Amino acid sequence: MTASSSLELVQVRDVTLQYKTPDHLVTATYKVSCTVEQGDRYVILGPSGCGKSTLLKAVGGFIKPVGGTIVVNGREVREPGPDRMMVFQEFEQLMPWKTVLQNVMFPMQATGKYWKSETRERALAAIDKVNLTKFKDVYPHMLSGGMKMRVAIARAMALEPDVLLMDEPFAALDALTRRKMQEELLALWDQLRFTVLFVTHSIEEAIVVGSRILILSPHPGRVRAELEAGDLSYADLDSPAFGALAKRIHTLLFEAPAPGTSSEGARPLAAAS
Amino acid sequence: MSVTHTLSPASTPAPAKPKAPRPRADFECALADASGIGEVQRRLSLPERLANNDAVRRAAVLVLLLVIWEVYARWADNPLLFPTFSLTLETFLHDLLDGTLIDRTRTSLYPLALGYAGGIALAALFTSLAVSSRIGADILTTLTAMFNPLPAIAVLPLALIWFGLGVPSLVFVIIHSVLWAVSLSTLTGFRSVPETLRLSGRNCGLKGVRYVALILIPAAFPAILAGLKIGWAFAWRTLVAAELVFGVSSRSGGLGWYIFEARAELDTPKVFAGLFTVILIGLLVESVIFRVIEAKTVQKWGMQR
Repeated sequence: MTASSSLELVQVRDVTLQYKTPDHLVTATYKVSCTVEQGDRYVILGPSGCGKSTLLKAVGGFIKPVGGTIVVNGREVREPGPDRMMVFQEFEQLMPWKTVLQNVMFPMQATGKYWKSETRERALAAIDKVNLTKFKDVYPHMLSGGMKMRVAIARAMALEPDVLLMDEPFAALDALTRRKMQEELLALWDQLRFTVLFVTHSIEEAIVVGSRILILSPHPGRVRAELEAGDLSYADLDSPAFGALAKRIHTLLFEAPAPGTSSEGARPLAAAS
Repeated sequence: MSVTHTLSPASTPAPAKPKAPRPRADFECALADASGIGEVQRRLSLPERLANNDAVRRAAVLVLLLVIWEVYARWADNPLLFPTFSLTLETFLHDLLDGTLIDRTRTSLYPLALGYAGGIALAALFTSLAVSSRIGADILTTLTAMFNPLPAIAVLPLALIWFGLGVPSLVFVIIHSVLWAVSLSTLTGFRSVPETLRLSGRNCGLKGVRYVALILIPAAFPAILAGLKIGWAFAWRTLVAAELVFGVSSRSGGLGWYIFEARAELDTPKVFAGLFTVILIGLLVESVIFRVIEAKTVQKWGMQR
């Protein structure tokens, strides 16, 4: 391989994914290829029905590709594993019968990756990083949506996965909390420089969170473009660079006019640019 | 003319709707002083707190029922048909102190415990098979659909032919009454575990027995507990009914036999004392054992109000 191969962490090669509903066999993605490098904040962006969540689940090992291969850190993905921790959109991903601390400790105990004495320390450190130390002995049902999401992120991070998979993690949050969580995620990334694969349907979120953006077309999902997103943040919301990128993504997503399929994040940005 | 008049919107006087909201001046102001409200958080008064206590409210219901019983029985004045609560209590205490009731209860509880434990163990086996394969699930759903509506008492004659008169027959019918109810609610519980929770479990590399034990069982615990409660009630009523039907096995019968015997002697207060014991044990298990389990698990976890 080339010299850059040591940086290549996730390699998706010609992946075709299909799933069955009771009546249909649906092709979610068709021959999708992409490469995620070490330390990327790699965003998969696309309208609903482009198979972006299915692609992420395939990287997680929950769905087997019909064609193509997925390689993470040199090993082909065959089943779910703790080297690819997933953070979901729904709040039920936390175990309601465990406290925050126990929830964060659980994957470490279940996988046996760390010594028993070490798990507690690591869990406490991870909880501290997401500012939940005060709530470590509380059960999830007493936390707000944003806090639950923080616990889920801490739980995934504590295991030091090769890659963090996030499936629209902030979509169920209110707009203000979502923005705060995006900023916290970036602050955490600044500290730890982990690799994250992030699925979203919001152009704004893709630009703010991502360092690189893969754009998929719908029905079935195929690669449309891959763009460099740089370090644009909410502070640059009014800058020409932000507007131009948003407009470019918007055009790539909605080139062929399809009435009634605009995504929620797209409208205000298109108006601003 | 009159028709158009009634239909005309002008006939009902309504404020004219402006085309756009009227612009008004912006304002900012200092926060109002909130100290006037006193304490922001105040402890509820004692009666309010008592009214919020489940145990107190339920005890009140119980006392009310007992008072109604006593008053009605005194008014009816027919101890042969409807003895008073005080007379029942007297008989109950008498038989409790001379050991009869304790003996009878112990005789009843032995096959009950055996049957209940056996039923739960079998239910665990069946549901484990059902979650691990689709055909296992089909087998269990079919069996439950067939046997759950079948009254345990209807199986009793068969049990008598197979196992003869005695504890094995009792255990058999109790298992029959517990197994299907517990399996049904456990399977329902397993099926309603959120997909995200399953995925997070598998994400940690959990499979097989560990996956069931660490994810499915706790996640389905509210349903499992409900199943255990229903199973307990089914077991108890099956046992008492079975004892009433085939009476005494050796010299010592259970609570059902105690009631049956008292009826034969037309000792109505004793019948009532027997029923009273059955109810008392039921209440005790429900409101002490199951309550404690609930409070320590599903309620603490916020899975049940």
